[in-house]
Amino acid sequence: MALSHLAASASRSSSLLKPLSSALSLRRSISGDNSPLTVETSVPFTSHQCEAPSRSVETNPKELLTFFRDMALMRRMEIAADSLYKAKLIRGFCHLYDGQEAVAVGMEAAITKKDCIITAYRDHCTFVSRGGTLLEVFAELMGRQAGCSKGKGGSMHFYKKDSNFYGGHGIVGAQVPLGCGLAFAQKYSKDETVTFALYGDGAANQGQLFEALNISALWDLPAILVCENNHYGMGTAEWRAAKSPAYYKRGDYVPGLKVDGMDALAVKQACKFAKEHALKNGPIILEMDTYRYHGHSMSDPGSSYRTRDEISGVRQERDPIERIRKLILSHDLATEKELKDVEKEVRKEVDDAIAQAKSFGADRKEVRATLP
Amino acid sequence: MLGQSLLKIRPAISVLRSYSSAAKQMTVREALNSALDEEMSADPKVFLMGEEVGEYQGAYKISKGLLEKYGPERVLDTPITEAGFAGIGVGAAYYGLKPVVEFMTFNFSMQAIDHIINSAAKSNYMSAGQMSVPIVFRGPNGAAAGVGAQHSQCYASWYASCPGLKVLSPYSSEDARGLLKAAIRDPDPVVFLENELLYGESFPVSDEVLDSSFCLPIGKAKIERKGKDVTITAFSKMVGYALKAAEILEKEGIDAEVINLRSIRPLDRSTINASVRKTNRLITVEEGFPQHGVGAEICASVVEESFAYLDAPVERIAGADVPMPYAANLERMAVPQVEDIVRAAKRACYRVVPLAAAA
Repeated sequence: MALSHLAASASRSSSLLKPLSSALSLRRSISGDNSPLTVETSVPFTSHQCEAPSRSVETNPKELLTFFRDMALMRRMEIAADSLYKAKLIRGFCHLYDGQEAVAVGMEAAITKKDCIITAYRDHCTFVSRGGTLLEVFAELMGRQAGCSKGKGGSMHFYKKDSNFYGGHGIVGAQVPLGCGLAFAQKYSKDETVTFALYGDGAANQGQLFEALNISALWDLPAILVCENNHYGMGTAEWRAAKSPAYYKRGDYVPGLKVDGMDALAVKQACKFAKEHALKNGPIILEMDTYRYHGHSMSDPGSSYRTRDEISGVRQERDPIERIRKLILSHDLATEKELKDVEKEVRKEVDDAIAQAKSFGADRKEVRATLP
Repeated sequence: MLGQSLLKIRPAISVLRSYSSAAKQMTVREALNSALDEEMSADPKVFLMGEEVGEYQGAYKISKGLLEKYGPERVLDTPITEAGFAGIGVGAAYYGLKPVVEFMTFNFSMQAIDHIINSAAKSNYMSAGQMSVPIVFRGPNGAAAGVGAQHSQCYASWYASCPGLKVLSPYSSEDARGLLKAAIRDPDPVVFLENELLYGESFPVSDEVLDSSFCLPIGKAKIERKGKDVTITAFSKMVGYALKAAEILEKEGIDAEVINLRSIRPLDRSTINASVRKTNRLITVEEGFPQHGVGAEICASVVEESFAYLDAPVERIAGADVPMPYAANLERMAVPQVEDIVRAAKRACYRVVPLAAAA
């Protein structure tokens, strides 16, 4: 009798304890705080013609949780786009970014909306990191008027000028001289801002890139060329396309940095470093070592030139979202359940946006050309 | 009456000199230079970029004095990398600056044509109006003298077929000033096709033309010479040839109306069609290759809108369908001459056996 009484009182006292711990977890809310935290990057930076920045990155719980949420959103968005494409609601070209999310979120964390970003056609996530909404993404992909380009652009032509995102370009390599032009204009206008011009390992061999880099170096333009090296230019592996796949060195007289592109904190550190450099010394190249899980586009299964083992290996060892999840859990910034809840929330956001985008009819009345 | 016959005896230039509003003569070169100068002065966002535009004073001296006046931040000498600097120009335009990109000749624009078409022309549409690209691509177009096949092509019809571009081609100094100013002020990409052989030619300019606010509307052709028997359309250097042809035709009793297109895209279809409805006959003149040329488009437009008014088939006078040869006599045969325009006009007026019957 006494034992059961004890047990009862014990369970009561333990239930007394429970509300206290959950109260603690309520105070430590899922959005985190700004208390500084220093994290080491996965690997050190490799540099060319410059001194590499430190491996120790300053961050805080809020930032890490934002990274997690944003990358989870992007991942979910791209996977949903895959389904929509297979359901024939998205037509033409659709190039997905899943796997590369850390580059978009890390870069954004290091800069402001006054800095410019320009990229190629794998632009959905970059558009979102610049402030684009899910509705604008899905409506554009499905050709509806509510899309960011009113359905006239499509997957490869997302723009957000008010946050200095200049697209969204379909011609491989063209965005690099355009980005150097943005940097020229920033310098001309004395804005003290920089431009990040993103391109892939496939575009890294384009002549116009070297033409633009030459001019940028001659004129000291605040241009940062970011090679998102996912190791395959469509179906061609980097070693088959580039005599020298050390893209961060290809600038020759232009300094470069090689970065683990699957580590959002490393990306942030590198972009911060690059911005400071570009404002003082002109162009710099960042090579982001990254990976795309999908093929080049939805027409490409992505497994004829890569092994499934390679793809699953990267997913297991280097996934950018998993890295941040582990970091958050190991620093006790959130529980596993809380992170799973974030993923559920994000999934719902994506589903809601798709439903809303679908509610805009596909028919259009506007047919008259309004161009000269 | 006496005064009028006296006027007829005096040569044309002194007639103009007697009117104070048309006293000054200006070369096309001076016209372009002054237009650039004035627009750069009025708007700090306008800048000039190209090969030799700065220290060399311009390969054809169009930008003479501008480096000295505006400094190296606004007059930029580029390396010989058209794809690179055209792309940089378009990027600067995306950001809101107003670049004037010079191609030493439009033959070299082919190296940059992806940026002109895909980066500049199409961006406003693809972004549903978010991106404006206020850039001007200018330089000499078409044949010069003895420069051979790779340096003589006319690009008017190539660029004019592209939605999103405006394509202008001046003839006189008034055209050069007014159209270049309009191009620089325009919020959309403009391809501005000059002509090397016209740079040194002088034309009378009125005070109105000399004023810094002078501007010509884009998309309006000019009737250089009114007539009632046959319409001759032309642009750039060929306008001069068409006017000479008209003088010859006048002596033979054919009163030709000469239209200076000024704007290849948008094409002033209403002026052309109104003229054809008046004269019932049309000759189109251009320097470029005949197939898919500017004349083909004008002919189609007239057939679509004014078919019932045509009394003769539309004829197009164009450059020969051959890469430009070097030898002077061959070059002369490869480019339209005044006699070709005269013959075509006569054919249209049934003064000679029609081409088809002669074949």
